[in-house]
Amino acid sequence: MSSILFSSNTQWVLLSTMILGIAAGTIGAIAYWRKQNLMSDALAHAALPGVVIAFLLSGEKKLYLLIIGAAASALIGAMFIQTITTVSRISEDTAMGMILSVFYGLGIMLLAVVNRSSSGNQSGLDSFIYGQAAAMTRSDVYTMLALASVVILFILLFFKEWKVYLFDPQFAKGIGISHRWMDILYTGLLVTTIVIGIQAVGVILIAALLIIPAVSARYWTESFKVMVLLSALFGGLSGALGTLISALGSGLPTGPFIVTAAATCFVIALIFGKERGLLIQKLHFNKQKGRYEKHAGQTAPVEKGGGMM
Amino acid sequence: MTYSAWIILTASLVGLSCGLIGVFLILRKMAMMADAISHTVLLGIVLAYIITRETSGVYMVIGGIFAGLLTAYLVQWLHSLEVQHDASMGIVFTTLFAIGVILIATSTGNAHLDVQHALMGEITFIPFNTVTIPGIGEMPKATFLLLIIFSVVSLFLLLFYKEWKITSFDPALAASLGIPVAFFHYLFMSLVSVTTVAAFDAVGAIMVVAMLITPPASAYLWTDRLSIMLLLSGTFGVLSAVLGYALAVWIDTSISGSMAFATGLIFIASFLFAPKHGLIAKYVRPTSN
Amino acid sequence: MQDYVIEVENLSASYRKTPVIEQIAFKVKPGTLTGIIGPNGAGKSTLIKTMLQLHPSLTGEVTFFGKHYKSVKKRIGYVPQRGSVDWDFPTTALDVVLMGLYGKIGLMKWPRKEHKRRAYEALEKMGMATYASRQISQLSGGQQQRVFLARALAQDADIYFMDEPLAGVDAATERAIMKILKELKEQRKTVMIVHHDLQTVAEYFDWVLLINRTVIAHGPTDKAFTKENIIKTYGGNLKWIKEVERRVVHSVQ
Repeated sequence: MSSILFSSNTQWVLLSTMILGIAAGTIGAIAYWRKQNLMSDALAHAALPGVVIAFLLSGEKKLYLLIIGAAASALIGAMFIQTITTVSRISEDTAMGMILSVFYGLGIMLLAVVNRSSSGNQSGLDSFIYGQAAAMTRSDVYTMLALASVVILFILLFFKEWKVYLFDPQFAKGIGISHRWMDILYTGLLVTTIVIGIQAVGVILIAALLIIPAVSARYWTESFKVMVLLSALFGGLSGALGTLISALGSGLPTGPFIVTAAATCFVIALIFGKERGLLIQKLHFNKQKGRYEKHAGQTAPVEKGGGMM
Repeated sequence: MTYSAWIILTASLVGLSCGLIGVFLILRKMAMMADAISHTVLLGIVLAYIITRETSGVYMVIGGIFAGLLTAYLVQWLHSLEVQHDASMGIVFTTLFAIGVILIATSTGNAHLDVQHALMGEITFIPFNTVTIPGIGEMPKATFLLLIIFSVVSLFLLLFYKEWKITSFDPALAASLGIPVAFFHYLFMSLVSVTTVAAFDAVGAIMVVAMLITPPASAYLWTDRLSIMLLLSGTFGVLSAVLGYALAVWIDTSISGSMAFATGLIFIASFLFAPKHGLIAKYVRPTSN
Repeated sequence: MQDYVIEVENLSASYRKTPVIEQIAFKVKPGTLTGIIGPNGAGKSTLIKTMLQLHPSLTGEVTFFGKHYKSVKKRIGYVPQRGSVDWDFPTTALDVVLMGLYGKIGLMKWPRKEHKRRAYEALEKMGMATYASRQISQLSGGQQQRVFLARALAQDADIYFMDEPLAGVDAATERAIMKILKELKEQRKTVMIVHHDLQTVAEYFDWVLLINRTVIAHGPTDKAFTKENIIKTYGGNLKWIKEVERRVVHSVQ
């Protein structure tokens, strides 16, 4: 067992899922504040036809080619969602649901064609649906490391721009931050994270790695900076833990274990979180209730500052 | 009936049931709930299998309803704790699905269940697994199940038509009139789950999502009347099944994938040409008000 | 007949950590038209929602006709803010009004002719009869608000709560709504309205409830709607007072 854990390949895979988790946690925190949590799910599914087409055209399974295909297809999906929402009366969640299922359906159609015609790459499908980090080759790992680092770097470099862009777009415009370019950058980074995550976590579950760490982080802090850091930490932790556990058994999919690790982080945050956890909320509620009951019948407590909200 | 006829009939029943129930799904702004439930139903089926060691229809449906309600309840609960609604869905369905996959990988020994089947469905095998219905004769099991589900769904939609309407349009008013809004929410989620489980076995999770969301969205562009929207949506569902089957035969590929894709083709046509809210209609008369 | 139809005692509610209303207490006489006045975020909508149990209360007691809300639900009508529903919903104006009668029609039953007639009459009262079969997405903001009012009329309640029915409507709609409210008052119905336009308060309401998280003043308009009370309600914000003066000047012109 220890030989599996400490084999150099496992270490590399571990490193890459950890970095992937950090990247996903970071961009996930931004997606959280854009209130686009499920967008990652839609785009991950929308990537499938691109993956298959890239495979069809090149005839071999090279990660960087699949990534380009996936990214192109996910971006087209994002464009469709945007257009449908702005041009018609269809709401965003409906548009996402449509793009998700229709693109995925197209992907399945193409995949059936590939499996019938080519030398047959049955295992490729499995790892794309629920993630099989162990199947990654060394060059896959390098590709992933490089791209995840780029995502993290872009978020760190423009940290204050992201903050302004998310919380005060009006002001951002005033100081010369182009909303359009930030939108494009955001979508680019989101798609990059999703497509590199597909190999390790799978099409269906990659969304979890973007959503769960960010929400968990929210329970511990009211500061955006700390939230991004915590989200990255939770993401990295989930990636590493999930990979470790799945490496213990043979042929266990990585994705579900990464998601379960992230979900565990979330449950802990939900209960014990310093800012919004259940325990602390219960405390606040009792305190307030007590205060009113004590004052009942007397005049309202006068507080300084008056106007609120 | 011939082999193809059974497949088309089965898929049409999926299209019809999903098309009807999907209308309220999108009007309640819960489209992504279809995505969530279609995934978590897997956990229900796995649990039913682990407990009973059977993959028969009844247990699957019960497991599916359980998983669907669990999903709806957890999403609602997290949302009440001020987690954004879509984030709650994302957390709940990925976690439950992950647990389902882990259970399959570790404890069911891959005997009769596999995730790929669940996601893609195996509609091609449906006509071979038959059951004899007294008075009617022999018909595929899945078709029979879907027939029952379709009747149940239509019955509930008709019985509570005005309650679905008011709880979708203005839940606050409904509550103030004494209509049990929460009860109808969970009843609705049960109907979505039942439909999903039944369709799941035949056509797989992804086609269920496509059939639940896309035909109603297309119908929404053609009309401003709820009753007509329901009719159109059901029709589009059936049309997608037929069109998808033709497509699959033509290029020799996955039937359920093609049917999902066909719902998209119908949407694109509606998006462009629908006389009420289509793109071209908008250009012809820019301001309708 | 009782002296008071609505009695609120020590009512508090919060959104998570933030208290929104605190120790609200007041009593309302039948046949009155009360304006609920206060700045943004003062808890006006929350007050109504908490009274109608659409939002949980921390403490306090609310009674209507001396009874709890649950047992008199059907005698209370609620008109939410116009923005609280999706006007793209595929339905007609008449159908929306008909919804006000769903509680009376009963579970699993379909609306009958008589119900449709009553809904139509309510639309007629609001001057909207010609729009009965119009899709609600094709109505203007003012017309949508009238449909909401018609729905409340169809409910035929004894107490009405309305959340900013006059926000963003045209002059004709405002007149139509005020006419109906006066009629309701003449029929000894009790109406409480969240209102934001200070200039029209004295003209429209015979009672006012000034709140900013808690009750600042409550009483007949001529007694309670004083400059001191308004300043107290709005936190003595100088910029805001200038705004009032400007508006007053504007309305004089």
